[in-house]
Amino acid sequence: MEKALKRYAPIFVLPTFLAFVIGFILPFLQGLYLSFCKFTTVENAQWVGISNYIAAIKDTSFTDSFTFTLMFTVVSILAINVIAFALALLLTQKLAGTNIFRTIFFMPNLIGGIVLGYIWQILINCILSITAQPLLALNKPAGYWGLIILMCWQQIGYMMIIYIAGLQNVPEDLIEAAFIDGAGKWDALWRIKIPMVMSSITICVFLTLTNSFKLFDQNLALTGGDPNHTTEMLALNIFQTFYARSGMQWKGYGQAKAVIFCALVILISMLQLRATRSREVQQ
Amino acid sequence: MKKRKSSGLVWTIILTIAALLWVYPIFMILFNSLKKESAINTASAFSLPVPDTFAGFENYINAIGSKGFLSSLTFSLFITLTSVAAILICCSMCAWYITRVNGKLSQILYYLFVFSMVVPFQMVMFTLSQTADRLKLNTPWNIWVIYLGFGAGLAVFMFCGFVKSIPVEVEEAAMIDGCNPLQTFFLIDIHILKPTMISVGILEAMWVWNDYLLPTLVLDIKKYKTIPMLIQYFRGSYGKVEMGPMMASIMLTVIPIIIVYLAGQKYIIKGVAAGAVKG
Repeated sequence: MEKALKRYAPIFVLPTFLAFVIGFILPFLQGLYLSFCKFTTVENAQWVGISNYIAAIKDTSFTDSFTFTLMFTVVSILAINVIAFALALLLTQKLAGTNIFRTIFFMPNLIGGIVLGYIWQILINCILSITAQPLLALNKPAGYWGLIILMCWQQIGYMMIIYIAGLQNVPEDLIEAAFIDGAGKWDALWRIKIPMVMSSITICVFLTLTNSFKLFDQNLALTGGDPNHTTEMLALNIFQTFYARSGMQWKGYGQAKAVIFCALVILISMLQLRATRSREVQQ
Repeated sequence: MKKRKSSGLVWTIILTIAALLWVYPIFMILFNSLKKESAINTASAFSLPVPDTFAGFENYINAIGSKGFLSSLTFSLFITLTSVAAILICCSMCAWYITRVNGKLSQILYYLFVFSMVVPFQMVMFTLSQTADRLKLNTPWNIWVIYLGFGAGLAVFMFCGFVKSIPVEVEEAAMIDGCNPLQTFFLIDIHILKPTMISVGILEAMWVWNDYLLPTLVLDIKKYKTIPMLIQYFRGSYGKVEMGPMMASIMLTVIPIIIVYLAGQKYIIKGVAAGAVKG
């Protein structure tokens, strides 16, 4: 069969492959090259060596946005996964109305980041003005917690679905056997359920990690980096470097930042996958 | 046994309150979008519209009548449909080929696709928009090529996972009966892959429909705006934002999504769970 199939390779593989070259491989390689250049368009690039990288690392707005992104990512991973897992546990207990709850908690996930950002901007600004505090545009802590709440609102439902699927795969008799052997509810949770859904935990932590780290739309719509770029995350910082400034040097800096960003995302997600994968148990 | 029942009731009540809080932001936008422009302010944002402030559907009529809303809706729909169709057909074929034909090429391709899933969009955004300009892929009619290229990673990856579970014997039998590979794929495999098609289709449709940055950079913003671009533009370009029509347009983009979701939630939730297991 393989032989017959090979003759059809152009029909099967070529359309996707060509689009993949145009949409990913070419821009990726070009981006890598341009990070060592000074340019305003792809045509007028001049080689400048690693000076873009040095400028990017020295740029305090970049390092500040890195710290901000890191603080945001850690808190949002914890909050989202703990709450989503708790909800999944509750919703696998055969309570009344489980399906309705599942439907409602998942719903915000379908709304796009820009729209979500504005919904919460309106809501948070109302709360802030009623309690006589500065609005989002001038209030960094509110911007930070607003982003976290927004991220939780959007992602908890999605992760909950994954955890529910994981929990439903834990064999009933395993838990019954544990109860017969004298285990309590907490033992069953910590010693059986959590180890058995470790693969779901790997996926959910991976997804929340990459989603939080790469967050852009929500950041743009909710705070736009205000006040004074202090709530700017890495992706938004890179975008601003590219498009909000004029001058030959900025696009090169932006591209260098993007390469660093890309390397960070790959590195952190690999580390995370390795750390949680090693705890998974085979059924 | 009795104790368990009552604690179940307590949890149901707690969950009900949580669920009400969960949908509150959407309802808040909904009832504020029904108020008169002069009655929308931060102090009364939490009160329901009363006869004095009730504006009926005026804001909605303004939003739909405003320049660009209907054309944005059409562009968004068209881009989502063409991109998802292209991704489903091309990527399932590609995934079938690289799972069935073992070799260096298949392996390299597979890892490239997986790699592309992790790379953040900012890495390629500038060069991608330049490439799109040069190849004239910068209109709503052919932006699907870009979406196919950038979305191929997830789709191929998910399809590969499912193709592996299809027994080869079925395909071999079809080949012996005289099918060529194209016929085998389109007459046999595509039916077995249908549930996966729905899952992948939903995930990709959610992405394309809500995507903001890619169309902003690729399309000419003066001529074409998708829905997320329109909402962002709405906020950014006026000195004073008219809150009424703004909230009405938010609702007009949210309501269709909720209807589609409620109608197809069985598939959507299954798709998410399936996508995660393979991911």
